[in-house]
Amino acid sequence: MTNAPENKQVTITNTIEPDKEDKKTIYSIDNFNLWYGDNQALYDVQLDIPVNKVTAIIGPSGCGKSTFIKSLNRLVELVPSVKMSGSIKYNDKEIFSPKFKVEDLRTSVGMVFQNPNPFPKSIYENVVYGPKTHGIKKKKILDEIVEKSLKEAALWDEVKDRLNENAFGLSGGQQQRLCIARCLAIEPEVILMDEPTSALDPISTTRIEELVQELKKDYSIAIVTHNMQQAARISDRTAFFLNGEVIEYNDTDKLFSNPDDKRTEDYITGRFG
Amino acid sequence: MNLIDKQLVQNKMNNRIIKSRIMRTVFFLATSFGIAVLAVLLYRVFSQGLPYLDWQFLTNFASRFPEEAGIKAAIFGTLWVMAVTAPVSIVLGVGTAIYLEEYAKENKFTRFIRMNISNLAGVPSVVFGLLGLTVFVRLLEMGRSVMAGGLTMSLLIMPIIVVAAQEAIRSIPQNQYEASYAMGATKWQTVRRVILPAAIPGMLTGSILALSRAIGETAPLLTIGAMSFVAYVPGSIRDSFTVLPIQIYNWTGRPQEEFHIIASAGIIVLLVALILMNSIAVFIRNKFSKRY
Repeated sequence: MTNAPENKQVTITNTIEPDKEDKKTIYSIDNFNLWYGDNQALYDVQLDIPVNKVTAIIGPSGCGKSTFIKSLNRLVELVPSVKMSGSIKYNDKEIFSPKFKVEDLRTSVGMVFQNPNPFPKSIYENVVYGPKTHGIKKKKILDEIVEKSLKEAALWDEVKDRLNENAFGLSGGQQQRLCIARCLAIEPEVILMDEPTSALDPISTTRIEELVQELKKDYSIAIVTHNMQQAARISDRTAFFLNGEVIEYNDTDKLFSNPDDKRTEDYITGRFG
Repeated sequence: MNLIDKQLVQNKMNNRIIKSRIMRTVFFLATSFGIAVLAVLLYRVFSQGLPYLDWQFLTNFASRFPEEAGIKAAIFGTLWVMAVTAPVSIVLGVGTAIYLEEYAKENKFTRFIRMNISNLAGVPSVVFGLLGLTVFVRLLEMGRSVMAGGLTMSLLIMPIIVVAAQEAIRSIPQNQYEASYAMGATKWQTVRRVILPAAIPGMLTGSILALSRAIGETAPLLTIGAMSFVAYVPGSIRDSFTVLPIQIYNWTGRPQEEFHIIASAGIIVLLVALILMNSIAVFIRNKFSKRY
């Protein structure tokens, strides 16, 4: 029961439309270091994340991919011992500056996690969690948000008759698409995805990958993945992380066909990792 | 070359199995002992008290004459004290737990407080009675009132509620926090809309069990000087009062055999109340236990 995403006529109200063409990067990360206690997890990370493209982050386990992506919405700060230095600019604004509120950042940067993590609430309540958090209360608007987000996440046809049922009743793949819908409901500019398909079966994985292709028309996406074929299939740019360093950051085609760095080549040809 | 002597293994075999069976019996006896004591206790209480238990017993005040004595004052006293204890201890206990789990920075001071809350839960109840006597009855001049009794009981059970609420909060998986924060929710929004809904069943269960402990406690209220002979229903939190366990304690201390029997009837009422509360706690725990 694949439902064609015929619903792409929805226009996303991005803040400054005319400006969009010039603005090539949404995130620029400069000289970024991160420590958990005394263990340094990221070393001098330097990369730009382009607008309306899919940027994949690959690398072996423990190389700092998840840490890096969670730095982009400062979620990494949930770990009490974390320390950081360097700069991450979002739309040319320093996200660690005291003037930039973390809630504000996370309002325009959505995130999808490794394991589906819906709230133990109804499907409807899951989707409207973000908008309600931001103070949107009108039932009519919330209803529209639910329909629009679930359609964008290619879940609407499967759940439209049971929006008030508990989200835990959905399958793993459906839960993950619900989490994507929940993230889209806040109308973010950027979607961060931390291995979104690693807990899913191949069919659900394919659906999410197709979804990412659809979503990049309207959103900038950064996706961490363990799966190199996945990175090759869906991304425009790929960064290869190793032991907390960016070894290579290149166009995906280039990185997978003719990498600049020997270590990248070793990794993508399966010599380690 | 065999390192294991098969013959020796065979010889030891029976011994090992017998030992295992003996231990099983020992553990079974240990369990039976407790159950047997409980059975004797219940049998004695029910066989003595049940014939005396009637509507009149519930609606009469205490009396010099055993046949007229009832527990109306004690029942209402208990209800009054709980009406003070429940809101105070639950609000303070849950608030403390939320602060410690969600807001407090991880440092020596926080660890010190955490450790001492567990210690506080182990302090003998009579000590809380002394505290209540000094602070509430004398210093704050509340007298031997429902207010003083209720607040003393709140202090006694607050640590239990704090620990139960902390457990309930800790059982919520990290990914629920991440989901909420990642959408730009503030700490308070996360607490109110994610943490509390998921933790309330656990908090409620812990609170009910703590309150049922408070209902059965005698020592702290004796210490602050709750009355044992009260012939009226408290009309406000400033009135003096008695509670069920004190009434029972008072009756068992009298020389006349008849009063011992009505004490049994009082115990039945108390037991039924406690079992009822504990069943509600178990019901809530089973019904709302979340699966993540």
